[in-house]
Amino acid sequence: MSIAHYACGSQDHGLNRRRFLRQSLSGVAAGGAIAGGLGTLTHGAAADQLKSQDMRVVVFNMHGGLSQLESWDPKPGTKTGGPCRAIPTSVPGIHISDLLPYTAKQMHHLCLMRGVNTAEDDHGKGAYLMLTGRRQSAAAEYPQIGAVAARMLNDESRGLPGHIVVTPGGGGGKGNEAAYLGPKYSSISLGGSKPPPNTTKPDAINDEAEARRHEMRRRVNQEFLSRRRTAITDAYTHSYEQALRLMERKDVFDISKESAKDQERYGNHDFGRQCLMARRLLENGVSFVQVTHSNYDTHNENFIFHIEQLGEFDQSFATFVADLADRGLLEKTLVVVLSEFGRTPNINLYYGRDHWSKAWSVLMAGGKMARGAAFGKTNDEGTEVVDGQVDHGALFHTYLRAVGVDSSQSIAVDGRQLPIADPAAAPVWKVLT
Amino acid sequence: MNSTIDITKTHVAYEWKHDRPLIACRMSPDGLQAASSSEDSSLQLWTVPTGQKKVLAGHESWVHALSYSNDGQQLISGGCDGRLIWWSAKEETPSIVRKADAHSGWIRGVAISPDNTTLASVGNDKIVRLWSVATGEKICELPGHERHIYSVLFHPNGTQLVTGDLLGKIHVWNLADRKLERTIEATPLYAENKGQNAEYGGVRAMALNIERGELIAGGTHKATNPFGAVHEPLVLRINWADGVLKKSHSCEGIPGGLVWRVQWLKDGTAVGVSGGSTGGILLFFNDAQEKEMHRFKLPTLARDMDIHLESNLVATAHYDNHLRISGMFAKA
Repeated sequence: MSIAHYACGSQDHGLNRRRFLRQSLSGVAAGGAIAGGLGTLTHGAAADQLKSQDMRVVVFNMHGGLSQLESWDPKPGTKTGGPCRAIPTSVPGIHISDLLPYTAKQMHHLCLMRGVNTAEDDHGKGAYLMLTGRRQSAAAEYPQIGAVAARMLNDESRGLPGHIVVTPGGGGGKGNEAAYLGPKYSSISLGGSKPPPNTTKPDAINDEAEARRHEMRRRVNQEFLSRRRTAITDAYTHSYEQALRLMERKDVFDISKESAKDQERYGNHDFGRQCLMARRLLENGVSFVQVTHSNYDTHNENFIFHIEQLGEFDQSFATFVADLADRGLLEKTLVVVLSEFGRTPNINLYYGRDHWSKAWSVLMAGGKMARGAAFGKTNDEGTEVVDGQVDHGALFHTYLRAVGVDSSQSIAVDGRQLPIADPAAAPVWKVLT
Repeated sequence: MNSTIDITKTHVAYEWKHDRPLIACRMSPDGLQAASSSEDSSLQLWTVPTGQKKVLAGHESWVHALSYSNDGQQLISGGCDGRLIWWSAKEETPSIVRKADAHSGWIRGVAISPDNTTLASVGNDKIVRLWSVATGEKICELPGHERHIYSVLFHPNGTQLVTGDLLGKIHVWNLADRKLERTIEATPLYAENKGQNAEYGGVRAMALNIERGELIAGGTHKATNPFGAVHEPLVLRINWADGVLKKSHSCEGIPGGLVWRVQWLKDGTAVGVSGGSTGGILLFFNDAQEKEMHRFKLPTLARDMDIHLESNLVATAHYDNHLRISGMFAKA
């Protein structure tokens, strides 16, 4: 698999494409066009075949560290169990926390990974390894799953970005998310359920003037690119063209187009609207959507905060999963619910739980994942994994395999073969069909 | 035992250890028994002053809400399993008198009417429920709160019920027509943290003093990072007649503090118990000053208290598994 070669013989990965695109959108909407042209990457026949499978990924990032004991691996009646109880699910023998009654009814679609041990209790480092499948190091940066999915799965002919992050305030997604894949695959961030900003052409500019401006931009840009093409110029020009396509397809980001009944089913709160936005984006072919639900860093009063947060999460998420299944999208969509780590089995003096990465849980569903399954096991008090231990590397391989990507392959970047997943790890084959 | 009250001489008189951290506690009306709940979902009955312990199993989750019947014969507990249980507290072998699946989700508070006929329960399902103490039959439901309800008390004349919630709203219900009569705003006890997408605080505790015409409400404020226990204890002194805030009693130097319970002493002193990173503290307030007039540092973090007014003893439930009984008078 190859990637673009540049006139300078190098690649610059330092550009934050999300910020870049926001600025570009602003420029386009204001008619302030700068010369540019769409850079293209050669993906090869295998990549084309993969894209034809039309697979997608959605990640629910439970920011701060979701407690596995109050969600996917309850231990009621034990020293560490806390006040929450376990309830049966739609799969006999599998119980989850009573804080997730709606999700329990969708268990037949889901696959619990209860033996996660990532050995990293720092927020930033934990988030990095869960999204990249590698431990953070000064020696190298690795692309996040969103960038890899955009690179591998996105069909650019749809005119939509391949990597979208939805957060309540539109923040997040900072940093070098795409690493060596290049800024083209970094995320576009949506604030809540709002479309990207500056996607409406000002009334003062008519269509003819707009077309002339862009034609001029493209000509001048082409002239520049013939001499000075870099990853940055590619990303820059790509962003302009993508911005134009986004303006044409901005309805995709408008959840008011969804029925009032659906809006009610998902819940009248930010997270419900974000889930509905995610469904809408996936239905329109966006290859990767990340929805952030904040916050679970409950060192204090862990239980009442999990009641609040999961009370919001549960119905919206369960509705989302049920809708994907009903619409035939779950076959093509990997769903992952992850955090940077879990929370301590020990309950502290504030009724809180602290950071705990030695034994926690991740939920997956859809694509080629097994359905109605619970893989891995922790001991009675949830302090250690006793069976089916997996780490971030194995999970990353599994994400990719679940959407049909051969996670053992490499991407050629400037003559170097860079494995897309940690070669020291392997997929969890037992949960893949 | 010397029972002449002197809060400046408060001292731990007894401490008894259970197997797990304690959550809540109450003293029986005769002062001869104390009840506690713990993180193993059991209740404990302690004989005062010997410390003899009996363990009661019946709840499937933790218990935050406890109340003795006014005659002291029964203990009523409300659990995070949504269940109310009546216990024969004074029998040699205490047993379950009856159970009721009362709430969807946690029960946070229970109170018994002055005439001992009606039990009120509140919890996370935002509904106030009234029950017959004698039969356990539900009398009525009072919807109206918009968030979890944390605290409940009866007016001493039995005609009104007072309930406090997460938003800092204190509802006063007329029990004759079972309608909401008025709402008192205790919003300084509520914090919304948009960055953490969290609401925190609320009216964790209340106590009404009709002679003084004052309601006190306890909880927390300055919750800049509620997930990290960055907040401080706060007690509001409210004029009962019109609901106007008379004084905010804030307490310095108690990081992570939250007032779990407030009560009145006979002399009109308001008392609160706070946990915090520095441990458990009993806080004593008068109406003349905003800061506490006295504080008594308990050996470890406390999560609840109950004062027995006749003996001037105060029971406290602690994270270090101990129930402590302190005397608010000079040591003999």
